[in-house]
Amino acid sequence: MRVIHAQTITDTVARLAIEACCHLPLSVRDALSRAASQEPSPAGREILAQLQENASIASAEHMPICQDTGLAVVFAELGQDAHIVGGDFEAAIHEGVRQGYVQGYLRKSCVAEPLFERTNTGDNSPAIIHLRLVPGDRLHLRLAPKGAGSENKSLLKMLTPADGLDGVRQTVLEAVQTAGPSACPPLVVGVGLGGNMEVAALCAKRAAARDLGSRNPHPRYAALEEELLTLCNKTGIGPQGLGGRTTALAVHIEWAATHIAMLPVAVNLNCHAARHASASL
Amino acid sequence: MQPAARQLCVPFDAATARSLRAGEQVLLSGTILAARDAAHKRMVETLEQGESLPFSLAGAIIYYLGPSPARPGQVIGAAGPTTAGRMDPYTPCLLAHGLRGMIGKGYRSAAVAAAIREYGAPYLAAVGGAGALLSRCIKHYTVLAYPELGPEAVAALAVENFPAIVVMDVHGGDWYRTGQAPYCEL
Repeated sequence: MRVIHAQTITDTVARLAIEACCHLPLSVRDALSRAASQEPSPAGREILAQLQENASIASAEHMPICQDTGLAVVFAELGQDAHIVGGDFEAAIHEGVRQGYVQGYLRKSCVAEPLFERTNTGDNSPAIIHLRLVPGDRLHLRLAPKGAGSENKSLLKMLTPADGLDGVRQTVLEAVQTAGPSACPPLVVGVGLGGNMEVAALCAKRAAARDLGSRNPHPRYAALEEELLTLCNKTGIGPQGLGGRTTALAVHIEWAATHIAMLPVAVNLNCHAARHASASL
Repeated sequence: MQPAARQLCVPFDAATARSLRAGEQVLLSGTILAARDAAHKRMVETLEQGESLPFSLAGAIIYYLGPSPARPGQVIGAAGPTTAGRMDPYTPCLLAHGLRGMIGKGYRSAAVAAAIREYGAPYLAAVGGAGALLSRCIKHYTVLAYPELGPEAVAALAVENFPAIVVMDVHGGDWYRTGQAPYCEL
Protein backbone atom coordinates (compact mmCIF):
# COMPACT_ATOMS: atom_id res chain seq x y z
CA MET A 1 0.00 0.00 0.00
CA ARG A 2 1.55 3.27 -1.14
CA VAL A 3 0.94 6.29 1.05
CA ILE A 4 0.16 9.70 -0.47
CA HIS A 5 -0.12 12.66 1.88
CA ALA A 6 -3.02 15.08 1.41
CA GLN A 7 -0.55 17.97 1.71
CA THR A 8 1.31 16.65 -1.34
CA ILE A 9 -1.94 16.66 -3.28
CA THR A 10 -2.64 20.26 -2.23
CA ASP A 11 0.86 21.43 -3.18
CA THR A 12 0.68 19.65 -6.53
CA VAL A 13 -2.74 21.07 -7.44
CA ALA A 14 -1.57 24.59 -6.53
CA ARG A 15 1.49 24.20 -8.77
CA LEU A 16 -0.54 22.73 -11.66
CA ALA A 17 -3.07 25.59 -11.51
CA ILE A 18 -0.37 28.21 -11.96
CA GLU A 19 1.50 26.18 -14.58
CA ALA A 20 -1.63 25.51 -16.64
CA CYS A 21 -2.83 29.14 -16.57
CA CYS A 22 0.50 30.78 -17.40
CA HIS A 23 2.28 28.31 -19.69
CA LEU A 24 0.53 27.22 -22.87
CA PRO A 25 1.38 23.58 -23.68
CA LEU A 26 4.06 23.21 -26.36
CA SER A 27 1.68 21.15 -28.50
CA VAL A 28 -0.75 24.10 -28.64
CA ARG A 29 2.02 26.57 -29.46
CA ASP A 30 3.21 24.27 -32.26
CA ALA A 31 -0.34 23.99 -33.59
CA LEU A 32 -0.74 27.80 -33.60
CA SER A 33 2.57 28.14 -35.44
CA ARG A 34 1.58 25.52 -38.03
CA ALA A 35 -1.81 27.15 -38.49
CA ALA A 36 -0.18 30.57 -39.02
CA SER A 37 1.94 29.16 -41.87
CA GLN A 38 -1.16 27.74 -43.60
CA GLU A 39 -3.80 30.41 -42.91
CA PRO A 40 -4.74 32.27 -46.14
CA SER A 41 -6.46 35.18 -44.37
CA PRO A 42 -4.07 38.07 -43.56
CA ALA A 43 -6.15 39.06 -40.51
CA GLY A 44 -6.17 35.43 -39.42
CA ARG A 45 -2.40 35.17 -39.73
CA GLU A 46 -1.98 38.35 -37.73
CA ILE A 47 -4.15 37.02 -34.91
CA LEU A 48 -2.34 33.68 -34.85
CA ALA A 49 0.95 35.58 -34.56
CA GLN A 50 -0.46 37.66 -31.69
CA LEU A 51 -1.61 34.53 -29.87
CA GLN A 52 1.91 33.09 -30.08
CA GLU A 53 3.38 36.36 -28.82
CA ASN A 54 0.79 36.40 -26.04
CA ALA A 55 1.83 32.90 -24.95
CA SER A 56 5.48 33.99 -24.84
CA ILE A 57 4.71 37.09 -22.74
CA ALA A 58 2.52 35.09 -20.36
CA SER A 59 5.20 32.47 -19.87
CA ALA A 60 8.01 34.98 -19.38
CA GLU A 61 6.06 37.18 -16.96
CA HIS A 62 4.17 34.41 -15.14
CA MET A 63 0.99 36.15 -16.19
CA PRO A 64 -2.14 34.21 -17.16
CA ILE A 65 -2.46 33.56 -20.91
CA CYS A 66 -6.06 34.71 -20.57
CA GLN A 67 -7.68 36.66 -17.74
CA ASP A 68 -10.38 34.00 -17.56
CA THR A 69 -8.45 31.40 -15.61
CA GLY A 70 -11.66 29.46 -15.42
CA LEU A 71 -13.12 26.96 -13.08
CA ALA A 72 -10.44 24.46 -12.09
CA VAL A 73 -11.40 21.12 -13.57
CA VAL A 74 -9.39 18.28 -12.06
CA PHE A 75 -9.26 14.83 -13.60
CA ALA A 76 -7.95 12.47 -10.94
CA GLU A 77 -7.02 8.85 -11.54
CA LEU A 78 -6.44 7.20 -8.20
CA GLY A 79 -4.74 3.83 -8.04
CA GLN A 80 -6.78 1.43 -5.92
CA ASP A 81 -3.64 0.40 -4.00
CA ALA A 82 -2.79 3.97 -2.94
CA HIS A 83 -3.72 5.19 0.51
CA ILE A 84 -4.32 8.87 1.21
CA VAL A 85 -3.37 10.09 4.67
CA GLY A 86 -3.35 13.41 6.50
CA GLY A 87 -6.63 14.75 5.26
CA ASP A 88 -9.66 14.43 3.02
CA PHE A 89 -8.90 13.81 -0.68
CA GLU A 90 -11.38 16.28 -2.15
CA ALA A 91 -10.64 18.92 0.49
CA ALA A 92 -6.95 18.63 -0.42
CA ILE A 93 -7.74 19.39 -4.06
CA HIS A 94 -9.98 22.35 -3.18
CA GLU A 95 -7.25 23.73 -0.93
CA GLY A 96 -4.73 23.35 -3.78
CA VAL A 97 -6.99 25.38 -6.06
CA ARG A 98 -7.38 28.01 -3.35
CA GLN A 99 -3.63 28.34 -2.87
CA GLY A 100 -2.75 28.22 -6.56
CA TYR A 101 -5.28 30.86 -7.59
CA VAL A 102 -4.34 33.21 -4.76
CA GLN A 103 -0.56 32.78 -4.90
CA GLY A 104 -0.48 32.75 -8.72
CA TYR A 105 -2.49 35.98 -9.14
CA LEU A 106 -5.08 34.04 -11.13
CA ARG A 107 -8.60 35.39 -11.44
CA LYS A 108 -11.20 34.16 -9.00
CA SER A 109 -14.20 33.40 -11.19
CA CYS A 110 -16.23 31.05 -9.03
CA VAL A 111 -19.55 32.03 -7.45
CA ALA A 112 -20.80 29.92 -4.56
CA GLU A 113 -24.38 29.56 -5.78
CA PRO A 114 -25.66 29.94 -9.35
CA LEU A 115 -28.94 31.85 -9.24
CA PHE A 116 -29.76 34.21 -6.38
CA GLU A 117 -26.76 35.77 -4.64
CA ARG A 118 -23.92 34.65 -6.99
CA THR A 119 -21.35 35.58 -4.35
CA ASN A 120 -17.74 35.10 -5.45
CA THR A 121 -16.01 32.51 -3.29
CA GLY A 122 -12.91 34.70 -3.42
CA ASP A 123 -10.39 31.94 -4.05
CA ASN A 124 -11.79 30.07 -7.07
CA SER A 125 -12.64 27.01 -4.99
CA PRO A 126 -14.30 24.60 -5.18
CA ALA A 127 -12.66 22.61 -7.96
CA ILE A 128 -14.70 20.44 -10.27
CA ILE A 129 -13.40 16.93 -9.61
CA HIS A 130 -13.74 13.91 -11.88
CA LEU A 131 -12.36 10.87 -10.05
CA ARG A 132 -11.66 7.47 -11.52
CA LEU A 133 -10.42 4.51 -9.51
CA VAL A 134 -7.81 2.65 -11.57
CA PRO A 135 -5.34 -0.23 -11.05
CA GLY A 136 -2.00 0.58 -9.44
CA ASP A 137 -0.82 2.69 -6.53
CA ARG A 138 -0.26 6.10 -8.12
CA LEU A 139 -2.38 9.25 -8.22
CA HIS A 140 -2.47 10.99 -11.59
CA LEU A 141 -3.78 14.57 -11.58
CA ARG A 142 -4.63 16.59 -14.65
CA LEU A 143 -5.80 20.15 -14.10
CA ALA A 144 -7.59 21.84 -16.98
CA PRO A 145 -8.75 25.40 -16.21
CA LYS A 146 -11.85 26.06 -18.29
CA GLY A 147 -13.03 29.56 -19.13
CA ALA A 148 -16.66 30.50 -19.67
CA GLY A 149 -16.40 31.96 -23.19
CA SER A 150 -15.98 28.52 -24.67
CA GLU A 151 -17.75 26.52 -21.96
CA ASN A 152 -20.96 28.53 -22.39
CA LYS A 153 -21.12 27.34 -26.00
CA SER A 154 -21.27 23.66 -25.08
CA LEU A 155 -24.03 21.64 -26.70
CA LEU A 156 -25.72 18.36 -25.79
CA LYS A 157 -28.18 16.59 -28.09
CA MET A 158 -29.89 13.31 -27.43
CA LEU A 159 -29.88 12.05 -31.01
CA THR A 160 -31.42 8.75 -32.01
CA PRO A 161 -29.64 5.97 -33.91
CA ALA A 162 -31.34 7.01 -37.17
CA ASP A 163 -29.65 10.43 -36.94
CA GLY A 164 -26.34 8.57 -37.37
CA LEU A 165 -23.11 10.06 -38.62
CA ASP A 166 -24.85 12.93 -40.35
CA GLY A 167 -26.55 13.90 -37.10
CA VAL A 168 -23.15 13.96 -35.41
CA ARG A 169 -21.70 16.17 -38.17
CA GLN A 170 -24.64 18.59 -37.94
CA THR A 171 -24.39 18.80 -34.14
CA VAL A 172 -20.67 19.59 -34.19
CA LEU A 173 -21.19 22.16 -36.90
CA GLU A 174 -24.08 23.76 -35.02
CA ALA A 175 -21.97 24.10 -31.88
CA VAL A 176 -19.04 25.67 -33.72
CA GLN A 177 -21.15 28.01 -35.84
CA THR A 178 -23.32 29.17 -32.95
CA ALA A 179 -20.24 29.81 -30.83
CA GLY A 180 -18.44 31.76 -33.56
CA PRO A 181 -16.01 34.32 -32.11
CA SER A 182 -17.41 34.06 -28.57
CA ALA A 183 -15.58 30.79 -27.91
CA CYS A 184 -12.26 32.34 -29.03
CA PRO A 185 -11.35 30.32 -32.11
CA PRO A 186 -9.20 28.59 -33.21
CA LEU A 187 -10.89 25.97 -31.10
CA VAL A 188 -10.14 22.55 -29.75
CA VAL A 189 -13.45 20.79 -30.26
CA GLY A 190 -14.25 18.01 -27.78
CA VAL A 191 -16.93 15.59 -28.94
CA GLY A 192 -18.50 12.99 -26.65
CA LEU A 193 -20.50 10.21 -28.29
CA GLY A 194 -22.62 7.55 -26.65
CA GLY A 195 -23.12 6.69 -23.00
CA ASN A 196 -26.10 8.59 -21.59
CA MET A 197 -26.59 12.29 -20.90
CA GLU A 198 -23.85 12.78 -18.34
CA VAL A 199 -21.39 10.30 -19.84
CA ALA A 200 -21.60 11.99 -23.24
CA ALA A 201 -20.87 15.34 -21.57
CA LEU A 202 -17.94 13.94 -19.62
CA CYS A 203 -16.56 12.27 -22.77
CA ALA A 204 -16.72 15.64 -24.53
CA LYS A 205 -14.91 17.31 -21.63
CA ARG A 206 -12.17 14.66 -21.59
CA ALA A 207 -11.84 15.01 -25.36
CA ALA A 208 -11.49 18.80 -25.15
CA ALA A 209 -8.76 18.41 -22.52
CA ARG A 210 -6.73 15.87 -24.51
CA ASP A 211 -3.25 16.74 -25.72
CA LEU A 212 -3.12 18.26 -29.19
CA GLY A 213 -1.69 15.79 -31.64
CA SER A 214 -3.30 12.81 -29.90
CA ARG A 215 -5.66 10.61 -31.91
CA ASN A 216 -8.54 8.44 -30.85
CA PRO A 217 -7.06 4.90 -30.77
CA HIS A 218 -10.00 3.50 -32.79
CA PRO A 219 -9.20 4.02 -36.52
CA ARG A 220 -12.77 4.93 -37.55
CA TYR A 221 -13.09 7.51 -34.78
CA ALA A 222 -9.62 8.82 -35.59
CA ALA A 223 -10.71 9.25 -39.21
CA LEU A 224 -13.89 11.00 -38.03
CA GLU A 225 -11.78 13.41 -35.97
CA GLU A 226 -9.98 14.42 -39.17
CA GLU A 227 -13.20 14.66 -41.16
CA LEU A 228 -14.86 16.87 -38.55
CA LEU A 229 -11.78 19.09 -38.36
CA THR A 230 -11.93 19.64 -42.10
CA LEU A 231 -15.66 20.41 -41.76
CA CYS A 232 -15.10 22.97 -38.97
CA ASN A 233 -12.44 24.68 -41.04
CA LYS A 234 -14.86 25.12 -43.95
CA THR A 235 -17.12 27.39 -41.89
CA GLY A 236 -15.02 30.44 -42.72
CA ILE A 237 -15.16 31.61 -39.09
CA GLY A 238 -11.38 31.66 -38.75
CA PRO A 239 -9.23 33.04 -35.93
CA GLN A 240 -11.41 35.19 -33.64
CA GLY A 241 -14.27 34.93 -36.12
CA LEU A 242 -12.74 37.53 -38.42
CA GLY A 243 -12.59 35.10 -41.33
CA GLY A 244 -10.18 32.38 -42.33
CA ARG A 245 -9.63 28.65 -42.52
CA THR A 246 -8.28 28.06 -39.02
CA THR A 247 -11.51 27.74 -37.06
CA ALA A 248 -10.31 24.70 -35.14
CA LEU A 249 -6.87 23.36 -34.32
CA ALA A 250 -8.21 19.90 -33.59
CA VAL A 251 -11.34 17.82 -33.09
CA HIS A 252 -11.08 15.11 -30.44
CA ILE A 253 -13.65 12.38 -29.93
CA GLU A 254 -14.20 10.20 -26.88
CA TRP A 255 -16.98 7.62 -26.93
CA ALA A 256 -18.75 5.09 -24.71
CA ALA A 257 -21.19 2.21 -24.98
CA THR A 258 -24.78 3.38 -25.27
CA HIS A 259 -28.40 2.20 -25.34
CA ILE A 260 -30.03 0.57 -28.40
CA ALA A 261 -32.35 3.59 -28.66
CA MET A 262 -29.79 6.34 -28.11
CA LEU A 263 -27.04 8.35 -29.77
CA PRO A 264 -26.11 11.11 -27.31
CA VAL A 265 -23.78 13.76 -28.75
CA ALA A 266 -22.07 16.34 -26.56
CA VAL A 267 -19.79 19.08 -27.81
CA ASN A 268 -17.47 20.87 -25.40
CA LEU A 269 -15.45 23.64 -26.99
CA ASN A 270 -12.06 24.71 -25.77
CA CYS A 271 -10.64 28.05 -26.82
CA HIS A 272 -7.17 28.37 -28.37
CA ALA A 273 -5.81 28.61 -24.82
CA ALA A 274 -6.22 24.83 -24.50
CA ARG A 275 -4.64 24.78 -21.06
CA HIS A 276 -3.80 21.82 -18.90
CA ALA A 277 -1.01 20.50 -16.73
CA SER A 278 -0.49 17.05 -15.26
CA ALA A 279 1.45 15.29 -12.53
CA SER A 280 1.79 11.77 -11.16
CA LEU A 281 2.25 11.20 -7.45
CA MET B 1 -0.23 43.71 -46.53
CA GLN B 2 -2.78 44.91 -44.04
CA PRO B 3 -3.51 48.63 -44.15
CA ALA B 4 -1.99 50.52 -41.22
CA ALA B 5 -4.21 50.73 -38.17
CA ARG B 6 -5.94 54.06 -37.56
CA GLN B 7 -4.87 55.92 -34.44
CA LEU B 8 -7.90 56.88 -32.42
CA CYS B 9 -8.35 58.89 -29.23
CA VAL B 10 -10.84 57.44 -26.76
CA PRO B 11 -13.47 58.32 -25.87
CA PHE B 12 -14.28 59.51 -29.39
CA ASP B 13 -17.01 61.96 -30.40
CA ALA B 14 -20.20 61.18 -32.29
CA ALA B 15 -18.73 62.21 -35.64
CA THR B 16 -15.74 59.92 -35.18
CA ALA B 17 -18.07 57.10 -34.19
CA ARG B 18 -19.94 57.57 -37.46
CA SER B 19 -16.70 57.61 -39.44
CA LEU B 20 -15.62 54.14 -38.34
CA ARG B 21 -16.21 51.31 -40.78
CA ALA B 22 -16.53 47.57 -40.16
CA GLY B 23 -13.19 45.89 -40.81
CA GLU B 24 -11.15 48.95 -39.88
CA GLN B 25 -8.23 48.27 -37.56
CA VAL B 26 -7.67 50.85 -34.84
CA LEU B 27 -5.21 51.62 -32.06
CA LEU B 28 -6.97 53.25 -29.12
CA SER B 29 -5.33 55.73 -26.77
CA GLY B 30 -7.04 57.54 -23.91
CA THR B 31 -9.55 56.39 -21.32
CA ILE B 32 -12.11 53.59 -21.46
CA LEU B 33 -14.29 51.96 -18.82
CA ALA B 34 -14.09 48.31 -17.84
CA ALA B 35 -17.38 46.61 -16.96
CA ARG B 36 -18.94 43.20 -17.41
CA ASP B 37 -21.87 41.03 -16.30
CA ALA B 38 -22.55 41.91 -12.67
CA ALA B 39 -21.75 45.61 -13.20
CA HIS B 40 -24.08 45.75 -16.20
CA LYS B 41 -26.90 44.26 -14.16
CA ARG B 42 -26.30 46.81 -11.42
CA MET B 43 -26.00 49.76 -13.82
CA VAL B 44 -29.28 48.95 -15.53
CA GLU B 45 -31.11 48.33 -12.24
CA THR B 46 -29.87 51.72 -10.98
CA LEU B 47 -30.88 53.56 -14.15
CA GLU B 48 -34.30 51.89 -14.26
CA GLN B 49 -34.96 53.12 -10.72
CA GLY B 50 -34.33 56.64 -12.00
CA GLU B 51 -31.11 57.01 -10.04
CA SER B 52 -27.78 58.15 -11.43
CA LEU B 53 -24.62 56.10 -11.71
CA PRO B 54 -21.50 56.84 -9.66
CA PHE B 55 -19.68 57.58 -12.96
CA SER B 56 -20.73 59.08 -16.26
CA LEU B 57 -21.75 56.99 -19.25
CA ALA B 58 -22.14 60.00 -21.54
CA GLY B 59 -19.79 59.52 -24.46
CA ALA B 60 -18.00 56.67 -22.70
CA ILE B 61 -16.65 53.47 -24.20
CA ILE B 62 -17.02 50.24 -22.25
CA TYR B 63 -14.52 47.42 -22.55
CA TYR B 64 -16.06 44.11 -21.49
CA LEU B 65 -13.29 43.08 -19.13
CA GLY B 66 -12.69 41.37 -15.84
CA PRO B 67 -8.90 41.29 -15.47
CA SER B 68 -6.82 38.86 -13.50
CA PRO B 69 -5.14 40.49 -10.45
CA ALA B 70 -1.94 42.50 -10.91
CA ARG B 71 1.23 41.12 -9.40
CA PRO B 72 3.16 43.63 -7.29
CA GLY B 73 4.65 46.19 -9.69
CA GLN B 74 2.18 45.46 -12.47
CA VAL B 75 -0.64 47.81 -13.53
CA ILE B 76 -3.05 44.96 -14.23
CA GLY B 77 -3.03 41.23 -14.85
CA ALA B 78 -4.18 39.58 -18.06
CA ALA B 79 -6.78 41.84 -19.64
CA GLY B 80 -8.46 40.45 -22.75
CA PRO B 81 -12.09 40.92 -23.79
CA THR B 82 -14.96 38.79 -22.54
CA THR B 83 -17.98 37.63 -24.54
CA ALA B 84 -20.09 40.64 -25.46
CA GLY B 85 -23.30 38.71 -26.08
CA ARG B 86 -23.90 38.27 -22.36
CA MET B 87 -24.22 42.04 -22.07
CA ASP B 88 -26.85 42.21 -24.85
CA PRO B 89 -29.88 42.34 -22.53
CA TYR B 90 -28.45 45.48 -20.85
CA THR B 91 -26.85 47.21 -23.83
CA PRO B 92 -29.75 49.12 -25.40
CA CYS B 93 -30.48 50.76 -22.02
CA LEU B 94 -26.86 51.87 -21.62
CA LEU B 95 -26.73 53.18 -25.20
CA ALA B 96 -29.89 55.18 -24.49
CA HIS B 97 -28.03 56.71 -21.55
CA GLY B 98 -25.16 57.93 -23.69
CA LEU B 99 -22.71 55.03 -24.08
CA ARG B 100 -20.77 55.66 -27.31
CA GLY B 101 -18.96 52.43 -27.98
CA MET B 102 -18.19 48.92 -26.83
CA ILE B 103 -15.17 46.63 -27.01
CA GLY B 104 -15.55 42.88 -26.59
CA LYS B 105 -15.66 39.72 -28.64
CA GLY B 106 -18.39 37.67 -30.27
CA TYR B 107 -21.72 38.10 -32.00
CA ARG B 108 -24.38 40.55 -30.79
CA SER B 109 -28.16 40.20 -30.81
CA ALA B 110 -30.41 41.77 -33.43
CA ALA B 111 -31.67 44.21 -30.78
CA VAL B 112 -28.12 45.39 -30.06
CA ALA B 113 -27.37 45.64 -33.80
CA ALA B 114 -30.39 47.93 -34.15
CA ALA B 115 -29.37 49.97 -31.10
CA ILE B 116 -25.84 50.40 -32.49
CA ARG B 117 -27.35 52.07 -35.56
CA GLU B 118 -29.94 54.04 -33.61
CA TYR B 119 -27.51 55.52 -31.08
CA GLY B 120 -24.45 55.75 -33.33
CA ALA B 121 -22.27 53.62 -31.06
CA PRO B 122 -19.97 51.12 -32.79
CA TYR B 123 -18.88 47.73 -31.46
CA LEU B 124 -15.20 46.84 -31.64
CA ALA B 125 -13.47 43.52 -31.03
CA ALA B 126 -10.17 42.89 -29.30
CA VAL B 127 -8.32 39.59 -29.57
CA GLY B 128 -9.91 37.13 -27.14
CA GLY B 129 -7.43 35.15 -25.12
CA ALA B 130 -4.57 37.56 -25.72
CA GLY B 131 -4.82 38.90 -22.18
CA ALA B 132 -1.10 39.07 -21.47
CA LEU B 133 -0.38 40.91 -24.73
CA LEU B 134 -3.24 43.40 -24.26
CA SER B 135 -2.23 44.11 -20.65
CA ARG B 136 0.84 45.91 -22.02
CA CYS B 137 -1.41 48.57 -23.58
CA ILE B 138 -3.04 49.40 -20.24
CA LYS B 139 -1.14 52.05 -18.32
CA HIS B 140 -3.48 52.71 -15.39
CA TYR B 141 -6.31 50.79 -13.77
CA THR B 142 -8.52 52.69 -11.32
CA VAL B 143 -11.63 51.20 -9.76
CA LEU B 144 -14.51 53.69 -10.11
CA ALA B 145 -17.44 51.78 -8.62
CA TYR B 146 -18.69 48.50 -7.17
CA PRO B 147 -15.32 47.40 -5.71
CA GLU B 148 -17.13 44.58 -3.91
CA LEU B 149 -17.57 42.91 -7.29
CA GLY B 150 -13.84 42.14 -7.39
CA PRO B 151 -12.82 41.41 -10.99
CA GLU B 152 -16.24 42.68 -12.08
CA ALA B 153 -15.82 46.16 -10.57
CA VAL B 154 -16.23 49.15 -12.88
CA ALA B 155 -12.81 50.68 -13.58
CA ALA B 156 -11.25 53.44 -15.66
CA LEU B 157 -8.44 52.21 -17.89
CA ALA B 158 -5.79 54.44 -19.40
CA VAL B 159 -4.83 52.78 -22.67
CA GLU B 160 -2.10 53.40 -25.23
CA ASN B 161 -2.22 51.94 -28.71
CA PHE B 162 -4.74 49.33 -27.66
CA PRO B 163 -5.43 47.22 -30.79
CA ALA B 164 -9.01 46.55 -31.87
CA ILE B 165 -11.04 46.05 -35.01
CA VAL B 166 -14.40 47.62 -35.80
CA VAL B 167 -16.79 44.69 -36.19
CA MET B 168 -20.17 46.47 -36.17
CA ASP B 169 -20.30 50.02 -37.45
CA VAL B 170 -23.19 52.44 -37.07
CA HIS B 171 -24.20 52.02 -40.72
CA GLY B 172 -25.07 48.35 -40.40
CA GLY B 173 -21.67 46.97 -41.44
CA ASP B 174 -20.84 43.65 -39.75
CA TRP B 175 -17.25 42.49 -40.19
CA TYR B 176 -17.90 39.05 -38.72
CA ARG B 177 -20.23 38.40 -41.66
CA THR B 178 -18.16 40.19 -44.29
CA GLY B 179 -14.82 38.85 -43.12
CA GLN B 180 -15.97 35.24 -42.93
CA ALA B 181 -17.82 35.11 -46.26
CA PRO B 182 -14.77 34.67 -48.56
CA TYR B 183 -13.56 31.66 -46.55
CA CYS B 184 -16.87 29.83 -46.09
CA GLU B 185 -16.96 26.62 -48.16
CA LEU B 186 -20.17 25.11 -46.82
